Amino acid sequence: MSFTADAEVVVITGTRKGIGRSLAEHFLKRGATVIGCSREPTDLRAGGYEHHCVDVSNEQQVRQLFAAVWKQHGRLDILINNAGIAAMNHALLTPGSTVERIFATNFLGTFLCCREGARLMQRNRHGRIINIGTVAVPMRLEGELVYAASKSAVITLTQILARELAPFNITVNAVGVTPVETDLIRSVPKEKIDRIIEGLAIKRLGRPEDVANVIDFFVRRESDYVTGQTVYLGGM
Amino acid sequence: MTRDDVVEVLLGCLSVLAQEEPDRFKLDLSEETILFGYDAGLDSLGLVMLLLSVEEALHARHGVSVPLMDERALSQRHSPFRTVRTLTDYIIANFG
Ligand SMILES: NC(=O)c1ccc[n+]([C@@H]2O[C@H](COP(=O)([O-])OP(=O)(O)OC[C@H]3O[C@@H](n4cnc5c(N)ncnc54)[C@H](OP(=O)(O)O)[C@@H]3O)[C@@H](O)[C@H]2O)c1
Repeated sequence: MSFTADAEVVVITGTRKGIGRSLAEHFLKRGATVIGCSREPTDLRAGGYEHHCVDVSNEQQVRQLFAAVWKQHGRLDILINNAGIAAMNHALLTPGSTVERIFATNFLGTFLCCREGARLMQRNRHGRIINIGTVAVPMRLEGELVYAASKSAVITLTQILARELAPFNITVNAVGVTPVETDLIRSVPKEKIDRIIEGLAIKRLGRPEDVANVIDFFVRRESDYVTGQTVYLGGM
Repeated sequence: MTRDDVVEVLLGCLSVLAQEEPDRFKLDLSEETILFGYDAGLDSLGLVMLLLSVEEALHARHGVSVPLMDERALSQRHSPFRTVRTLTDYIIANFG
């Protein structure tokens, strides 16, 4: 099947708010059909947008989401695994349940969506998967052990899945995001954010447009020789 | 869904894949065709492609959901993926 920008079908997870919401609006502006999801309902209403209440860590719900995408559209061009949660705490004060919860959304959720999404993409022997990483991984941020470890796992997934899916003409890449003003970092002290920004080459907060810009590169038709890569924003 | 239906789907999928990817699927089409093992006429990725297309075809034609890659299949001593015949038997026994 040929890949035309105006007919592209895009699944984005975690579109109720934050970066995911901006990405949904970005792809709608491009003329794409966007299928978004989050655990809670959204107030985003737009032609070309469909929302599903799905917890990405729930295998059954993820299966149903992608089955619905196939039934409705018969194709999937782009999958963006954006849904994510974070928790900051010293390792010695972190309960096991927090580890399970964060890995369930950030890693298991990404894995399940990749698997179900790629099963659809391989039918047309074409697809682009984009995962969301964080500068907390290369910066080895204290207090973010569990969150950073879950995103490390996402980066390893990106690298290995890229190899497994290359024969199907599906690329898998990731964007390493810097602090962006969303609810995710609302409770992080300002001094901590300032310190992270100080460690970047370009000393400012990230913006959803910065994330969208890298994704635009990954999904271009001409980027079919780029896979398994993580592009860090801000000059990490 | 009868045994013959399953054999027809399996051989149909193999035939399509062999046309699309002749380098990966070098096999004759029969119930004895070997799908898994050192003497198989397809590599491990070929087997993944076959199982995906069989799952899809069984669902589309017979409305049955057949998750072939489940732990039950992978943990059996004698792989149900060995030949077209063993795979057919496995599908009929578990989902027929
Ligand atoms: N903001 C930053 O500074 C920053 C930095 C680096 C990386 N990131 C990454 O960027 C991504 C987006 O973060 P954000 O800042 O936009 O966070 P956010 O504002 O908290 O939004 C997170 C989104 O994900 C959804 N979500 C959370 N858990 C989910 C689940 N189990 N199933 C389905 N949807 C779920 C939320 O909706 P519901 O609550 O309704 O489910 C929400 O729409 C995350 O992967 C995050 O790790 C962010």
